Amino acid sequence: MKTTKMRFTDAHIELAHGAGGKASRRLIEGLLVPYLMNDTLPELNDAAYIDADGRRLAITADSYVVKPLVFPGGSIGELAINGTVNDLAMGGAKPLALVTTFILEAGLSTSELEREVAAMAKAAQRAGVSVVGGDTKVVEHGKADGLFITTAGIGLTDSRVLLSAEHVRPGDQVILSGPIGDHGITVLLARGELDLEAELTSDTRPLWPFVAALIDAAAPGLRWLRDPTRGGVATALNELARDAKVAVVLDEEAIPVRPAVRGTCEILGLDPLHIANEGQFLAIVSPKYADMALEAIRGIPGGEDARRIGEIQEDPKKVVLARSRYGGTRVIDMLVGDPLPRIC
Amino acid sequence: MKKMSIGGVIIAMKYVDEFRDPELIRRTSEEIHRLVDPDCHYRFMEVCGGHTFSIFRFGLQNLLPANIELVHGPGCPVCVLPVGRMDDGLSIARQPDVIFTAFGDVMRVPGSQGTPLELRARGTDIRMIYSPLDALKIAMDHPERQVVLFAIGFETTAPSTALTLMRARELNVPNFYVFSNHVMILPAIRTILDSPDMRIDGFIGPGHVSTVIGVHPYELVTEHYGKPVVISGFEPLDLLQSILMLVKQMKEGRAQVENQYSRVVPWEGNIPALEVMNEVFEVRPFFEWRGLGVISQSALKLRPEFARWDAEVRFQVKGVRVTDSKAAQCGEVLKGVLKPHQCKWFGKECTPEHPIGALMVSSEGACAAYYHHVHLRQAIGE
Amino acid sequence: MCLAIPGQIVELLDGDHHYAMVDVSGVRRKINIGLLKNEGTRLGDWVLLHVGFAMSKISEEQAVEQLRLLSMLGESDEAIEEIMGYQFDEEKKT
Repeated sequence: MKTTKMRFTDAHIELAHGAGGKASRRLIEGLLVPYLMNDTLPELNDAAYIDADGRRLAITADSYVVKPLVFPGGSIGELAINGTVNDLAMGGAKPLALVTTFILEAGLSTSELEREVAAMAKAAQRAGVSVVGGDTKVVEHGKADGLFITTAGIGLTDSRVLLSAEHVRPGDQVILSGPIGDHGITVLLARGELDLEAELTSDTRPLWPFVAALIDAAAPGLRWLRDPTRGGVATALNELARDAKVAVVLDEEAIPVRPAVRGTCEILGLDPLHIANEGQFLAIVSPKYADMALEAIRGIPGGEDARRIGEIQEDPKKVVLARSRYGGTRVIDMLVGDPLPRIC
Repeated sequence: MKKMSIGGVIIAMKYVDEFRDPELIRRTSEEIHRLVDPDCHYRFMEVCGGHTFSIFRFGLQNLLPANIELVHGPGCPVCVLPVGRMDDGLSIARQPDVIFTAFGDVMRVPGSQGTPLELRARGTDIRMIYSPLDALKIAMDHPERQVVLFAIGFETTAPSTALTLMRARELNVPNFYVFSNHVMILPAIRTILDSPDMRIDGFIGPGHVSTVIGVHPYELVTEHYGKPVVISGFEPLDLLQSILMLVKQMKEGRAQVENQYSRVVPWEGNIPALEVMNEVFEVRPFFEWRGLGVISQSALKLRPEFARWDAEVRFQVKGVRVTDSKAAQCGEVLKGVLKPHQCKWFGKECTPEHPIGALMVSSEGACAAYYHHVHLRQAIGE
Repeated sequence: MCLAIPGQIVELLDGDHHYAMVDVSGVRRKINIGLLKNEGTRLGDWVLLHVGFAMSKISEEQAVEQLRLLSMLGESDEAIEEIMGYQFDEEKKT
């Protein structure tokens, strides 16, 4: 276990600290971890592991503060269920149960709340989890953007896999489950502040079915999983490169991006690699099992667009690069600030 | 146009993808290698920040022979804004009832008391916009507030600000103001050429500024200074072709203005754009540029007829002058005298997360480009 | 600030105030075409967009011609000769 020497020295909290990029990392590693984890820096994954009586449980929590509450393809309720289910799945754990808390803004219409609760019930059923408890608080008007939801989840790890950046080796393959940027751009457009229209929907969905198939087909070669939410693929892979002390080298043209996402990013000057996703994941798989892994994902409905987007190399350590077909290379950096409004 | 299929996902961005064709890029690169005189060291300056961005984004330096050096000029309108001017803007932002609007690039530029993003975190109402028309709309939606547009950019953007002001006048919007920091490209190029410590062999001319001002103004460079200029597009093929054309000109002993970006840049420029600029703006007698010093006739302010919408009139801007710290070498990097990594603070005290100057945070800034592309790779010897 | 991208006019809106709907890779955006009022814009035209305004029309012939010339690089000496002498349309209006 590493110890953290980082200390958080910003005088105030800004939106950037919640964006999932470098600033978020500084807050977590420089302020939260020293106090809460006595300075030991566990690999900061999506889920934490607890050994209980010979079984390994995964436990995770997440908050959802998206604005607007409803957008094409989903709503805050679905995100709240799927997001936590996915964090467990990324830890190689079958999701079992969730608890949920609501912070409600006084003045929120009951019909809006009911819609979200119904959406949560439906998403939980689809994901095969039970919501077994929770809490509700109400705050004054103006203090909560309508509704904030937090979900905490618990799952049972599959003993066939031990996912960790420590196990990633040069030569391992980088697999992406499908097109990126759908969720972040959908929510951005749904805010209605920009004069843009596009046929796009959020990609929010539970990922456990894909992970289960992956474990069945390729467990011995499965090294690491991550769902690139806030901060996008760029941030997730930079965290991997840093934790595993390797280089991640991507094939620029292999990264799937829908035309509407690309078009919006071009218009606004954004990079799809920094945009949040809610229904995609990255998998690092040994070369021997890469084809089997791809086949397994593609065999599940919704996994048809999965593809290999790059590989792990020894050097340059801790760097993510993207190579294009004509030989140009660029460094893909972690998201630095918060160019987008709250989106998940 | 044929749709390209890449990895099974069809992405067809017309007028973009064709100019990233790997085969054509390879051929153009080979032709450049074939044509250069191995005993010459070529120094070409790209003036426009968008070109700096493209060069790094597409790793174009890798496709050029070692004896072609690309020097990055002061073409980033955010980067050349002196700190004092930023402070003036932010002091307007802090006035009661003001909604301060600015493009994304500005949000992380440091003033003396923090960046706009930091100020926003502490309660100042600063909003990011993607068009000057967005700011006008905010003013119309909030008649009780005073909405100020932090107008930045070269001649590419000035006509848009001008049209927005004309619309404000037409609709009689009383609570909309413009803080004009528009600057002009030719005076900057001239200042570079007059600088004794500069040796530039040719210029990659700004493609989008030229859609407004046309090709003719660059004859100042070719006729008075004898250096070739090729006005370039922004895709990899555009830049490579422009460099090829510059090498060709030098080989043939020519110094002419050529328009590589002819699919978009009209020779005479955009007349309506020049007309609206002329109707709304007048040229300031002088303006301070970060790194280049005070340049005469190089920036735009609102004409007296538009004083009602002029933030400098409404808010009595102090005109703070803040000298750059001697150690920070923003000025030299802006002029192309130093490469970003040669500034002693590069990558140490000055990074994108805690920048000293705008060059490290603007998407068009040379230091940011270096940091995200070359610097990280050089540090590990790629 | 130099960020400008190509888009296609798919709908002409308010004629007096020069608004149109443009399509960029399937994304539609309302833009101002007032700066092109002298040349006039029609449905299907491709324009260059910058901060919500159309700055210039994109010439398909010029684009095709440019690519054609580049594709001839490395082909033959005659082709090289032609490109060597070519100076892109200095006098002609686009």
